[in-house]
Amino acid sequence: MTAPSETLRAPLVVEFPFTRSLGPVQSAFLTGLRERTVLGVRTETGEVLVPPVEYDPATAAELRDLVEVGATGTVTTWAWNPAPRTGQPLATPFAWVLVRLDGADTALLHALDAPGPEAVRTGLRVRIRWAAERSGAITDIACFEPYDSDPVNEPAAHDGRFTDPVTGIVAAARLDYTYSPGRAQTRYLHALGERRTVGERCPSCAKVYVPPRGACPTCGVATTDQVEVGPRGTVTTYCIVNIKAKNLDIEVPYVYAHIALDGAGLALHGRIGGIPYDQVRMGLRVEPVWSDDGRYPDHYRPTGEPDADYDTYKELL
Amino acid sequence: MTPHRPDREVAIVAFAQSDHRRRTDDLSEVEMVMPVLHDVLRQTGLRTSDIDFTCSGSSDYLAGRAFSFTMALDGVGAWPPISESHVETDGAWALYEAWVKLLTGEADTALVYSYGKSSPGSVRDVLTRQLDPYYLAPLWPDSVALAALQAQALVDVGATDEPALAAIATRSRADATANAHAQLPGARPQGEYVVRPLRTGDCPPIGDGVAAVILAVGDRARELCARPAWIRGMDHRIEAHSLGVRDLTDSPSTRLAAERAGAFEAPVDTAELHAPFTSQEVVLRRALDLDESVRVNPSGGALAANPVMAAGLIRLGEAAARIHRGDSDRALAHATSGPCLQQNLVAVLEGEPHVR
Repeated sequence: MTAPSETLRAPLVVEFPFTRSLGPVQSAFLTGLRERTVLGVRTETGEVLVPPVEYDPATAAELRDLVEVGATGTVTTWAWNPAPRTGQPLATPFAWVLVRLDGADTALLHALDAPGPEAVRTGLRVRIRWAAERSGAITDIACFEPYDSDPVNEPAAHDGRFTDPVTGIVAAARLDYTYSPGRAQTRYLHALGERRTVGERCPSCAKVYVPPRGACPTCGVATTDQVEVGPRGTVTTYCIVNIKAKNLDIEVPYVYAHIALDGAGLALHGRIGGIPYDQVRMGLRVEPVWSDDGRYPDHYRPTGEPDADYDTYKELL
Repeated sequence: MTPHRPDREVAIVAFAQSDHRRRTDDLSEVEMVMPVLHDVLRQTGLRTSDIDFTCSGSSDYLAGRAFSFTMALDGVGAWPPISESHVETDGAWALYEAWVKLLTGEADTALVYSYGKSSPGSVRDVLTRQLDPYYLAPLWPDSVALAALQAQALVDVGATDEPALAAIATRSRADATANAHAQLPGARPQGEYVVRPLRTGDCPPIGDGVAAVILAVGDRARELCARPAWIRGMDHRIEAHSLGVRDLTDSPSTRLAAERAGAFEAPVDTAELHAPFTSQEVVLRRALDLDESVRVNPSGGALAANPVMAAGLIRLGEAAARIHRGDSDRALAHATSGPCLQQNLVAVLEGEPHVR
């Protein structure tokens, strides 16, 4: 067993633009923000919830009674953020605030632009600073800013109707990771860099896993004993792919196969080339083909050997 | 409200955890999980094939990969096929599912494990993705920011102040010196504000870790453990998603869960509270009406080691281990999930008085 020369790591980015539809209340609220109008919803007991929800958090009753509240309000609690993070409303130090807008009974979370923590307190009067360009999203409120005013506590009835209402939002997100594959896969990838394929044997059942992930899923113990397998192998089963994948530069139809490398206890998958797609068969003997800069085999091609006998690979299907 | 009395006796009979570390770059998830599974099985002499039900807790968002738990499952030895389930939250909820399974009579033993590998990503940013996607997530309010809003609310009502929060941090990390697995044992400076009023010392360490427990029923539990930690009751409750409709200084969901778990029927001597931030211990003590006679977080708590998705299960495990050792007769264990203690689980554990 050789120790990995170093732990591999690579950037891993997960980005997802979740497209979400809005119900009648959220649609009215977010469209309202686009029009510089803040809507809340009135519960059966007369409380006004801002931001509004479609169902009462206490009773689960359906809520549709929209009202307009003020663009001014009062800070109910706050937290000074000295180092804004990516995606947050302001790039300069700011206060996170819960603000009860005038006419509302609940508070909205947002950012407060203030010169420093000494300028912020619970009870501070604030007003909305609208974003210059608004699309119907919570970020249409750019932030709050301190504003000395008397509260106006009577919400006004509002029918929630706007021309061209917003019916959906795209909740874009990006998370950055540094992926490291762990010991077993690091060893595997290092060996692939030398164009060798290395599996790991389970000390309990002796099966050789390729690629190894560090554990035998049958026995639940670590696989530590490294075994070089291949390079040749046998097609155990295959399929013919007729649909071209996006961004994939391979002509269809092509064959994708399970290949049991010699000495391996299970098959890995790879593309078969160098043979017409309709001549690939179970038992075909193949070998890896590396592209010049490839870090793993580009595809497998026939070796020209006689086909393997079914009994030699039937356990690996 | 009368707590429900389970018909079957179920106990935690073994608990194991990893050493919690800032990074585990050299380990895949399964490589990190496997030694802990082996440890907890060894304590009972059970093999995977002896376990009737397996349940795990984790989150794909920490690793940034879909279905990451299926890889970790390789460490269990899942073939021939086992009866298995997974919760996409803290392992304390996996334990709840296993407990229900045992109560139904469909299983007599269960393995529960959970893990969190926070080091590949930025956990403060990752946790923003569990927020309401319409009104909150687009603003990227991170976990420290939300906890800081709660802390300021507590300061405003006079429930705590910065020196009191610092004392919680100091006590927790001093207690953690007796915990070989802790990531941050011993005195630490309170440091600068991360998000005011919370300083570095008020926040949990970011780290990777694993926990596992074994549950068993009745006499099976007595065979496997000299002094089983009997689960006398367990319940979990959730509060409204929107922070602005909640009183952040209180935790009615914790109180209700504790009531339903029977926590108020007799005094507890130990409480393992899942409070990643010092200010959250203040909220939980108030909600659970714990006085100075109760030993709170003798393990050091989440301020000393907070592997996300495992830290709640560790509270149940630590409480049980104290009963196993005879250090506690009746312990309360609490787990939380979501921003500002949104979801809370409470279990009451007891050791048989005549067995020490």
